[in-house]
This record gives sequence, structure tokens and C-alpha cells, in this order.
Amino acid sequence: MHEMSLTEGVVRILEDQAAQHGFARVKTVWLEIGELSTVVPDSMEFCFAAVAKGSPITADARLEIIRVPGQAWCLDCARNVAVTSRADLCPDCGGGKLAITGGEEMRVKELEVE
Amino acid sequence: MCTVCGCGDAKVEHDHAHAHDHEHPHTHPHGHEHHEHHEHHHYGTGLAGVHVPGLSQGRILQIEQDILGANNAVAERNRTLLAAKGIFALNLVSSPGSGKTTLLCRTVAALKDKFPLAVIEGDQQTSFDADRIRATGVPALQINTGKGCHLDASMIESALPRLAPEDDSVLFVENVGNLVCPAAFDLGEAYKVAILSVAEGEDKPLKYPDMFHAAGMMVLNKIDLLPYVDFDVARCIDFARRVNPDIVVLQLSARTGAGFDEWLAWIVEGRRRAAALRARPDHG
Repeated sequence: MHEMSLTEGVVRILEDQAAQHGFARVKTVWLEIGELSTVVPDSMEFCFAAVAKGSPITADARLEIIRVPGQAWCLDCARNVAVTSRADLCPDCGGGKLAITGGEEMRVKELEVE
Repeated sequence: MCTVCGCGDAKVEHDHAHAHDHEHPHTHPHGHEHHEHHEHHHYGTGLAGVHVPGLSQGRILQIEQDILGANNAVAERNRTLLAAKGIFALNLVSSPGSGKTTLLCRTVAALKDKFPLAVIEGDQQTSFDADRIRATGVPALQINTGKGCHLDASMIESALPRLAPEDDSVLFVENVGNLVCPAAFDLGEAYKVAILSVAEGEDKPLKYPDMFHAAGMMVLNKIDLLPYVDFDVARCIDFARRVNPDIVVLQLSARTGAGFDEWLAWIVEGRRRAAALRARPDHG
């Protein structure tokens, strides 16, 4: 359940941003969560509902998770292919020579604040 | 005011400066995408869901911050400190019961007369593991994470001054037994070492790909049990290489000592390099 500490990290980032940019509360926060990252979005939403209450800045914030699809470069096909796990084989050639090129994100992308 | 996105009034803040003076029609020639019209950006709480600039729509801040950024910054501080002291640090990760502590006890017993060692033990509760290490005469610090499922970089940062590992030593960090969460948290170690016992499933590298992807080495432990279990070593190594083509694999038994020479030699070499880099940091 590391989503709990990741979510605490998100709230800390929001508090830091509030101090830096001088806003009172966050209305919406958009996270980019890659399909290949270690985060389960449902679990993050569950944690956020609990953790955000602890800070006046985030107490009413809405969480929006933008899923970033997994992508890998297949060395044999010499092109990008879609993957849903690090353990996937190339969907076209069935080979295993894949280098992940997208979907590892765990980012606070933007905030709507007031 | 732009009626598409309200960009004339809504404030957009960036960490970098840029002039927001584009001409309509609505093109955004600058090289980032803060004004992409995600449908969720601007539906706001205005009447009829329309965005009415000037009427208390919140402003949008683009921050693009890595959620693990704070942990990673502390991990880098740890790494710098360890490098300055020539300390070779290993982060041992595995599921509970893979034999991490037995491996560690045998390892420190074999190496403690060669050079200084130190151990940080992470568990949710008890100091049993640190007690086992201290019984070998090597300094050990227990971190109890309580409900926490992993060690993070700041726990290591606060443990280091208390443990005070010597220059040119080897620091072993035994993480909480868990093949999921510790994968995401850099502690500042040189390598994560994933320990998998042959009493577990050979498909663990595929079931927990993040951990085997993050690890520099996979140690297959309890190989003395191979005659009694259905564990296909070659398949397991194939699976591990599929998620991490560069992973180094060692096979050993922490109980009998089989395969231990190679493991110890790898640690000795890692420690030699860390010490050499401390002595000549500009050659790093």
C-alpha cells in the first residue's frame, strides 16, 4: 500500500505549491499516472480521499487521474508498440527485446487553485 | 480574451517565464501544452459549466512535479554522503521468508574481519533481525516502519548519523519483506538486490516486474532445496531478464554456503570500487 505514502507526497507537493504561489486551496489536481508505474489508480483515489482531508489546502480537492498508456520500442520491429506490463512481449513479433518508452510517469501535472 | 480557453484572464503560472501574447486564431506556437483543451480543464463551476473569466474560476498551475521527487532528492543526498565516505550500500529486497536475514548473517560473518560493515534493518515491528545481526558483532540499527510497507530515503538519512558507518565500509539495508512497494523508493543505494528463494514461484519476476526491473541483481536463494521443489531455474532467469535484460543473477544457499564465494566476491569488488572513488573523487 505504498499509494498511501505517494499520496502523502502529493499533498506535500500541493502544500509547498500553496506556500510558493500563494493560493488558499486546491480545487482540482490532475495526476499523470503511467500504466507501467507502481501506482494503482483506484488505490490512490482511496488514499487521496483520506489524506486530503488532513490539510485545509486540499480538503475539498478533487483528484483527476490521467492514465498514460504503456509504450515500448521493439528492437526487432524498430517501432513503438503498446504494452500493458513490463513483462509483455511485442504484440506484433512476439519478441522480448522491448525498451520501455512511455507509461512510467507518476507526476502532479497541474492544479486548479483559488 | 480568448473564448476558447479564457486564457486572457485565467492565470497560468510556470516555473519558466514566457510571454503569453499569442494572436488569435487560437494557435499556441510555444513548445508546451498547457493549453491543450482537455475537457476536464475548464468546465469549472461557472453557470452552465461555462468558463467565465474574471468570475472566480480558479487559476490553473502547471507544475509537472514527480510524486517521488522529494524521496528522490533525499536519496541523492544519501548517495552523495555514502560516496564521500566510500561506502558501498546495498538495498536487499524480497518477499517475507526468502531468507534475507539468514543470507545477511552468513554474509556479515564471512566479511566482518575483512573490512567494516554496518546494517540497517527494516521491519514493521520487532528488533529480532537487528538482534541477530548484532549477535555477530556488527553494528545494526532497526527501523520499525509501523504500518509502513517500505523504507524510504528519509528513514535512511536519519539512520545514517546514528549508525555512523565507517569510511570504506559496506552498508546492508534489509528492506521490509515486500516485493511491491520498496521497488518505488530509491534509498540512495548502489544496487537493489532482489532475493528470491526457490521455495517460491519461478514466475515471481513476471508477477512483480517492478521489483525485478529496479534490482541490479537477483539472488536465487535456498538452492539446496532444488531437488525437492518444482522450480525451473532457467525459466525464472528468463522471466527476470524479460523485465530487466541487465540483471545479474547469482544462485546460492545461505544455509549451506553453496555459491557464496561468488556473492562475497561481488561485494568485495563493489566495496573496493566505492573506496577507490572516495580516494579519487574526481576520477569518478
